[in-house]
Amino acid sequence: MYGLMPECSLEMPDSYYGLDDYEKGVARWCSGCGDHAVLSAVQRMCREKQLPPEKTVFVSGIGCSSRFPHYMDTYGFHGLHGRAFPVACGVKFRRPDLNVFVVTGDGDCCSIGAGHWVHGVRYNMDITVLLFDNEIYGMTKKQTSPTSPLGTKSNTHPTGSVLPPVDILQTTLGLSNVSFVAQTTDWVPGHLYATIKKAHEHPGFAFVKIMMRCPKFMQDLVDQHTSNRDLYSLLEHDDGIQVDPATSQLFENKVKHDPSNIHNARELLENGKSWYLGLLYQNQEAIRYDLYGSQNLGFSTDQKMEALETELDKFAI
Amino acid sequence: MKNRAEAVVKPIKEAPKRTSITEHIVEIVSDSGEGAQKVGQSFGAISAKMGNGVWTVEIIPADIQPPARTRESASGVSIRIGSEKITNAGDEADVLVAFNEIVPYTRIDLNAYKKGTIVLIENMWANHESEEIRESYARAMEDFLRRGYVIHEIPMEEQCLKITANPKKGKNMWVLGLLCFMYDRNMAIAQEQVKTTFRKKSEAVIETNLKLLDAGYEWAEAHLQLRYNIPTIPSDKELLVMNGNEALGLGIAAAGIEVCSIYPITPATSTSHSLAEYFHNVGGVMHQAEDELAAIGFAIGASYAGKTAVTVTSGPGIALKTEFIGLGVMAEVPLVIIAVQRGGPSTGLPTKVEQGDLLSVMYGQPGDAPKIVLAPSTIEECFQFVILARQIAEAFRMPVFILSDANLATGVTTLPRPSIRAEWFSPPVDQSAWKEGVNPYQWNEESGLSKRPIPGQKGGEYTLTGLAHSDSGKVTYQPDLNQKSAAYRSRKLAAFGQTLKPPKVYGDHDGDLLLIGWGSTRGAIEEAVDILRAKGLKISSLNLHFLSPLEPGLREIFQRFKKVMTVEINYSDDPSDPLITSENRRYSQLAWILRAHTLLDVDCFSNVHGLPLNPGKIVAKVNQELNR
Repeated sequence: MYGLMPECSLEMPDSYYGLDDYEKGVARWCSGCGDHAVLSAVQRMCREKQLPPEKTVFVSGIGCSSRFPHYMDTYGFHGLHGRAFPVACGVKFRRPDLNVFVVTGDGDCCSIGAGHWVHGVRYNMDITVLLFDNEIYGMTKKQTSPTSPLGTKSNTHPTGSVLPPVDILQTTLGLSNVSFVAQTTDWVPGHLYATIKKAHEHPGFAFVKIMMRCPKFMQDLVDQHTSNRDLYSLLEHDDGIQVDPATSQLFENKVKHDPSNIHNARELLENGKSWYLGLLYQNQEAIRYDLYGSQNLGFSTDQKMEALETELDKFAI
Repeated sequence: MKNRAEAVVKPIKEAPKRTSITEHIVEIVSDSGEGAQKVGQSFGAISAKMGNGVWTVEIIPADIQPPARTRESASGVSIRIGSEKITNAGDEADVLVAFNEIVPYTRIDLNAYKKGTIVLIENMWANHESEEIRESYARAMEDFLRRGYVIHEIPMEEQCLKITANPKKGKNMWVLGLLCFMYDRNMAIAQEQVKTTFRKKSEAVIETNLKLLDAGYEWAEAHLQLRYNIPTIPSDKELLVMNGNEALGLGIAAAGIEVCSIYPITPATSTSHSLAEYFHNVGGVMHQAEDELAAIGFAIGASYAGKTAVTVTSGPGIALKTEFIGLGVMAEVPLVIIAVQRGGPSTGLPTKVEQGDLLSVMYGQPGDAPKIVLAPSTIEECFQFVILARQIAEAFRMPVFILSDANLATGVTTLPRPSIRAEWFSPPVDQSAWKEGVNPYQWNEESGLSKRPIPGQKGGEYTLTGLAHSDSGKVTYQPDLNQKSAAYRSRKLAAFGQTLKPPKVYGDHDGDLLLIGWGSTRGAIEEAVDILRAKGLKISSLNLHFLSPLEPGLREIFQRFKKVMTVEINYSDDPSDPLITSENRRYSQLAWILRAHTLLDVDCFSNVHGLPLNPGKIVAKVNQELNR
């Protein structure tokens, strides 16, 4: 290149992915729905990380959130209600080269698919999980969700729900082999973006609970959440989620929390009256099942044939 | 034999000559935990290794630790050994070895023995300290005599005590030694078999068991009048010995499948046991999922991302997997699903045989969910059909079922060693750029086939969905598009059907009666046909390997026979039962399908006793039918 000193090396990528390389179709979520914000943040993160679209897979279940893969110009798997985790784990098992994301909702993950949530966390495969928690069933038109606050009036509980909600964060922190638990919200874009990026960088099952607006069915909750800044606390730490100063300024309450300290995370959630946004827990050393799955990749047919002959010998007369 | 005095075995003075026989059925029954299954499987393996035809059937108690000396506790194996190839379990046993007098009654209830069956029974109960047990034993011996059994009372415990302080754990190998002498088995092979059986145990355990084996052999040599040999017909083919589940596991490896995703369920699980021991050596990984749904979901995910995966289950597992099976069909994901059938409905008979999943496999999903269903009829085919199923699944981009059953799963027999071929193994995952302008479901008008993009293929990005979709993979609710895509998925079956030939009739091409079977009953049906044809009856049989789609030409074949009847192990109404008429009679599963398919009056003979079908029952039924 003219004018460049010979000892100077310049790396030029073959191609540069722009936002439009990740965009597909027009999202059919209600206006004001938090899902739009997450879609934008995820597309931005993909561009920032320059994830090749053909090496990126979004797996979802069923529900409003689970329409997500249709709006990403990557590979996608829009499967069955509650079953995104097993599918995503199967995708990742023999494909360490793929960036795998799961997009799920409060009903999908914590109700019909709760068994897979428990085991998905335990498998700790290198997958980024985005749980859209709007505390209501939206797609099927306002039924009580396992995370609906006690007393929520819905079509299935017209006089108010009768059971306390599932505590997603405490439950996840209590699961065996948990390696990454964070909380963010769709209405603080800077924090949302930083959290998704941190989750993607985590070598393991990065579980992100995203508090979501559902203006259609939970307007009161949205108003309550978005108008009271003192309801929230920002978790701060060098190993935590780093946000820009403008985002940081939005928070009146800030709490120092070391994400390696699971006991402190549990204590905060147990005692605090606040919604804690940030990284609650991270352990990069947890056992990873995807490494077990990909340990013997790439055998040649000759190798397989030879090994199979050895096995047949054991059945020989 | 008139009385018990004759049953006492005394040392022999002069060794009698061995009697040459063409086949025998030997049963070994003990309390659960006493190891009769080990004796039986070892004896079968030794015989197979000597070149005999063998078929073994396990007698499995329903509970893990049932109380000792009860009918529920009966555990063991029935082994049919012959000079030539054996294809089924056969009828009543010639010899029974029983570790106590109670456990045989489970089998007596099932007519497993006949007049003249030789009973070798543990005699320790005759002088047991408990009066109740002594009386029970004496009563049973009287009963055995009345039934015409020939009793030999054997001091198993007494002899084993000379070698081990715990004969309960060692009696089985002593009995194996006894049987080895009785049937002139090669002791070098027997010793190797004992070492293999206890390969996961300590040297000391192996040593003790080898001593017990020798002791049983020597005692029999000094005391037993019963001496047989079953000549072998020398074979120039190299042979293997295995059961159906082991063959399925080897088939998975030989198909080049790299992910086997399962949840434990009887009687399918042992497929994963044997495969798990070597799967990593052949480039595969076993995944034990958290439940049946996750097991198939994981397999579908792995298939979607590259190589076709397999899941292995049984009836209740199929029920749980139903929604994912529908997704596999709708989204056109290649997948191999192996169902080792057991008794249903619900948890039913977990360890017993039934062919009860055919209709649920074919029609279990909401809407129309066409899929290919194969039924191996031998243990050799269990191996071959996995390789076939993987190839079909990929070529036709759909789930392919293999219906095995508990009879094939645990039946042990010999088969020619397959010569492994490179083309059996799945090719590397295609990661080349996707051809521009080709849609992810670009259905061929003629065949309904389309090529699937695999993650990593640049330009092939699409979102798989279980919702109705257009050829571009986009969700659509347009009436004509839904009708069209349903037609394409169905057309794939017709396209596959084009590759099939009419099945071969066993026996003459026409006659009075055609018996039709599928899966594990083939051996028993064909043996029954042989017996009946030898008596001059005009009877033939047909085994169907392909159940969806069916092989062509069935109507034409059926029309050459005066009567056509399926023989199956699943439920059908008996026409002589109360309220049952020709109008409301519910038929067996294949019969339903064949009646609809051929519009012919296909009858059925089926039951759900949970037992392998034997030739004798089929012969009796045919005699009854043709004498009508």
